[in-house]
Amino acid sequence: MSDNKEILLEKVREFEARTGHTVDSYPDDANNTASVLKEHRYLSEPLSPEDTKRQMFARSRRGFLVVGAAALLGVFGWRWMPDETKAALLKRTFEFNERVSQIFYSPKRLAPQFAETSVTIPARYNGGEGLEGEIAASDWRLNVGGLADRSDDLVLTLDDVKRLPRTEMITEFKCIEGWSTIVHWAGVRFSDFVAKYAPGVKPQDLPPYVAMTTPDENYFVGWDIQSIMHPQTLLAYEMNGAPLTNEHGAPLRLASPTKYGIKQIKRIGRIEFTDERPRDFWAQPEYGYDWYAGH
Amino acid sequence: MAKQLEKKHPLAVRWLHWINFPLLTLMIWSGILIYWANPVYGIRLFGYEMFKFFPPSFNEFLGIPFRLAEGLQLHFFFMWFFAVNGVIYIIYTIVSGEWRALLPIPGSLKRAPLVALHDAHIVKKLPTQGKYNDAQRIAYTSVILMGMASTLTGLAIYKPTQLSWLTTLLGGYEWARWEHFWLMVMFVLFFVVHVVQVGLAGWANFRSMITGYDIVDAAETKPEPPTAVEEVTT
Repeated sequence: MSDNKEILLEKVREFEARTGHTVDSYPDDANNTASVLKEHRYLSEPLSPEDTKRQMFARSRRGFLVVGAAALLGVFGWRWMPDETKAALLKRTFEFNERVSQIFYSPKRLAPQFAETSVTIPARYNGGEGLEGEIAASDWRLNVGGLADRSDDLVLTLDDVKRLPRTEMITEFKCIEGWSTIVHWAGVRFSDFVAKYAPGVKPQDLPPYVAMTTPDENYFVGWDIQSIMHPQTLLAYEMNGAPLTNEHGAPLRLASPTKYGIKQIKRIGRIEFTDERPRDFWAQPEYGYDWYAGH
Repeated sequence: MAKQLEKKHPLAVRWLHWINFPLLTLMIWSGILIYWANPVYGIRLFGYEMFKFFPPSFNEFLGIPFRLAEGLQLHFFFMWFFAVNGVIYIIYTIVSGEWRALLPIPGSLKRAPLVALHDAHIVKKLPTQGKYNDAQRIAYTSVILMGMASTLTGLAIYKPTQLSWLTTLLGGYEWARWEHFWLMVMFVLFFVVHVVQVGLAGWANFRSMITGYDIVDAAETKPEPPTAVEEVTT
């Protein structure tokens, strides 16, 4: 008898385990769409209507309280977060994204090149910061600072730059506003420029950043060494088959499909290799753009 | 009549669903802040622009102009949560077997219009179903594919040089942006239909997405608890 009792108990437990949230199949009915993929069904044991109501009410109360609390936490957490905290959080996110981008970055991956016929004519103009007045190419000088072998600036003329190997590319120029154009560039690879003016320095021994400014220092950008040494980053002096016009950055500008247009500084006055992360015009807090802005 | 509680939506699915709602909203909102800076899309019919995204009144009303940088900040912050939430959902759906209720089945495409006719009170009967009907299977599977497509087109715009193979595959940078935009429009349309349908389906259905449970009439074939052990003999 005690044997039977135990077996019965076991059977009831088994039944409870089975029916507590038992896994039932939908009726084996070929006309039920649930049977096609053998959909499961989870049913409680049968309950009286009163018990059903009571249980459902308890679950509802708990569920809506939790969801409501989570929603309030989200909304008011964001609302009450001080602006400085929010700005710092979003800036740190840009920097986090930059590190992720750099982990996956390879200088071997190139931007696609286009046919001469697809070049956008006329070239789109946007942004004239640092371009006040005109500079004659003959009066213009390029100052290069932060070179390993000297403490003062190296001063170059446009002819000095043009003597370096000429590289042409027809690539997509992408503005951070969302538009893009195809441009035919001619100039000097920044990596060729480095090979000439920082001879013997291995790429991995270069300082991690490059700062660039216009002669009047009204516009300035900072680049990571990876992106500036990309084979498609040029010190460009020609655009669409003609010397750069003043509005497009004569006599020398940066051109690269590795970053948005805001980083492709026009009318470069000074280049500096540096260990410190350089300031960047559009990444200043009052504007709030991504310092890296890399593609 | 006896009732049963039916567990319809697992805890994980409910959380992932309700977390996704504000995330997708924020991705769309920040996306519109970004889009404002180069608002080039519209609906053209017979060479005439029927609708421009977005009318100035829309932008003014929502305070959209001149917030590109803020839009980029938010977009590149919430993108992580949107993507991770989506990946967890997909893994969970595969592992838990929830896919059985979700994926379209043979004939779903053919029967889905029946659901629409049924909802319009033109057709009375629908095929017996499990958790979701054929229209739901198609809609809910599509919206997950749309999430994946939004992530891929987004990556193609975000890293068009490092991921140039992807950008090229999607038809180039400008096409990828166009695709990314229209996926957003499809999400908004999905949202409108989804909310209307949830409204029509009623409180119990909505509640089940919060609590996980719905109340159903007890099946007649439910087994009775054992009361005696007859088969045990010495």
